[in-house]
Amino acid sequence: MRVAPEQKRLTLITGAEAAAHAMRQINPDVVPVYPITPQTPIIETFAQFVADGQCDSEIINVESEHSAMSAAVGASCAGARVMTATSSQGLALMLEIVYIAASMRCPIVIAVGSRALSGPINIHCDHSDSMMARDAGCVQIFAENAQEAYDLMIIAQRLAEDRRVLVPVMVMQDGFTITHSAEPVALLPDESVREFVGRYEPLYPLLDTDRPTTQGPFALPDYYFELKRQQVDALEAARTVWLELQERFAEISDRRYKGFFEEYKLRDADYALVILSSTAGTAKVVIDRLRRKGIKVGLLRPWLFRPFPAEEIAQALAHVRAVAVLDRAISFGSWGPLYLEISAALGRHLQQKPVLYNYIYGLGGRDTPPELLASVVTDMQNEGDPAVLRYLGLRE
Amino acid sequence: MPNTKELARHEEVQKRFTGAHALCAGCGIPICVRTILNAIEEPVVAINATGCLEVATTRYPTTAWNIPWIHVAFENAAAVASGVETAYRALRRRGKVSQEIRFVAFGGDGGTYDIGLQALSGALERGHRFLYVCYDNEAYMNTGNQRSGATPFAAQTSTAPVGERSFGKSQRRKDLTEIVAAHHVPYVAQASISDWYDLAVKVRKAVSVDGPAFLNVLSTCPRGWGHPSDQSIKIARLGVETCYWPLYEIIEGRWQLNYIPEERLPITEWLRPQRRFAHLFEPGKEALLAQIQRQVDADWEKLLRRCEDLPPAPFPKREWEFSSPVGERQREIWR
Repeated sequence: MRVAPEQKRLTLITGAEAAAHAMRQINPDVVPVYPITPQTPIIETFAQFVADGQCDSEIINVESEHSAMSAAVGASCAGARVMTATSSQGLALMLEIVYIAASMRCPIVIAVGSRALSGPINIHCDHSDSMMARDAGCVQIFAENAQEAYDLMIIAQRLAEDRRVLVPVMVMQDGFTITHSAEPVALLPDESVREFVGRYEPLYPLLDTDRPTTQGPFALPDYYFELKRQQVDALEAARTVWLELQERFAEISDRRYKGFFEEYKLRDADYALVILSSTAGTAKVVIDRLRRKGIKVGLLRPWLFRPFPAEEIAQALAHVRAVAVLDRAISFGSWGPLYLEISAALGRHLQQKPVLYNYIYGLGGRDTPPELLASVVTDMQNEGDPAVLRYLGLRE
Repeated sequence: MPNTKELARHEEVQKRFTGAHALCAGCGIPICVRTILNAIEEPVVAINATGCLEVATTRYPTTAWNIPWIHVAFENAAAVASGVETAYRALRRRGKVSQEIRFVAFGGDGGTYDIGLQALSGALERGHRFLYVCYDNEAYMNTGNQRSGATPFAAQTSTAPVGERSFGKSQRRKDLTEIVAAHHVPYVAQASISDWYDLAVKVRKAVSVDGPAFLNVLSTCPRGWGHPSDQSIKIARLGVETCYWPLYEIIEGRWQLNYIPEERLPITEWLRPQRRFAHLFEPGKEALLAQIQRQVDADWEKLLRRCEDLPPAPFPKREWEFSSPVGERQREIWR
């Protein structure tokens, strides 16, 4: 989604600050956090809001991300509304407990400043961290810019807590590119946000000592499988709830998120780019330039990666000649995670499939200038071999 | 202070931990858990690390817990407790919870001395109001007696076995109680399943302080230690009588002994009934036995010096010799 100049007052803030503002307005009960670049400004900004009395959440400054997620699960099961934030190694350290949070059906909202995974250690953006967590059982939403990082955090809270869903929701914004870049953001009035997220009514709070529950028991082969199946249903329900919440969000803002992905000049396109997050902004500039030269290029940018809107994406891409999927992560020994999803989606849902290419780009924060994205379109026009995995901006 | 009738009456009013569990006969853990839960007046929420207690009491869809109970993973009981306790404070402040609740985390020595030490340290440093109980049976018993940081010197375990070139664990166990005390928390104590009154009194003190409290409770494991299941209490008591496992507490940084044996028993009294130490009684192992005695002596002397500011706390007399026909039969089997 592009940030258009609006009539109302805009605030110049970074993506990290935008996420912190969403947290301030939601005013969760408990926020267990641990610092990590580039997530840190989210929790620093939020801590200042609490220190200044602008919201009154209980922050737990834990001693590791593992404990951050553990405390989040404890607080969530106790009956609290819980939010946290992390990046990269922090998410990797949390991951054991992220899986458990999903299985214990904790509606925790996790802001992620996307960052490469070690090693070598690197603090810059790619999507390796969130892709590592893709099978954990969380809803995963990718934001393009600071405005989306703000809006999607608010939508995420309701999405997570809907009783048809009840799983953690991760909201990704690109590290540094979004977390540390100031953009004009339209903040909603506090009351609108509070009304939108409503009051959290936990189903089985641990603190209800008159109604004791055993949470997190041991399940053997006779029950484990069914419990996992319930998580499948939760993620399936998240699709429906996501669409419902878009309608509701449009009522309190003038921003309308429609469907599972943004389409940019895709309807009449011959060639399509599929990109997550901030690089889609660069792609839109490239598409405009190429269209002025008469090349019909469009963009598909998923918001939701989990649950993955396979059929809808396949239908949206059905008419194009070729599709290039740009992945900012790689599954070593295989191809890009987004490509694998789209490849499966086209295979399942289309008879006549566009030619599908996969490019790996921007690992460890490697810059992806417009010329590189334009070269992808040239490759598609030249009908290159789709069986070759390609890299953008890499010195071979 | 509690007495048996009072603890029993409490159990009649609310049976917090029921017998519907699969812990082994003679296991020290349920003794520890029942005594602790019955000694607390207020409603309790229990937090559990992965381990024998968790696995044997909550096989889905059954449970032995009649109080709110949560388990998340192995290494994070203290972090989960931090979250539960903070949620309690937040929801109380916001008027969504009104009653007084106490929080008790249970972890074994593996989940506390080793993999959970970081989470424990963090929770203690942050000052959450909760009681952490380590039921210390001195090895990873849930997975079959593997060596932990709590396993004593020269004990036989499945990952530090006795062999031609090994006498079992070649390192000393770490002093977790002292590590916890270094966090300046208001209440720290060491207790044993053999001394239920002492344990119950300590629990009362622990849940009354406004901050973290910690109990390190010696808990026998007939399977791992290799002793008849009816001898658990006696063996735990030998740990106390030999000064291997002294009973003491640290209140606001002041160390106080709870019990000084009238006549200290030699460490061999503690070692001999346990099969995990059987190799130490083979010919040629005298030096190891002497080394263990020296370690215990040195630790006891150090503890006495630490506690010299305060006289030992009054301790009830106890009757501790016992035997049973079942026990005799079991002893035969073990032989």
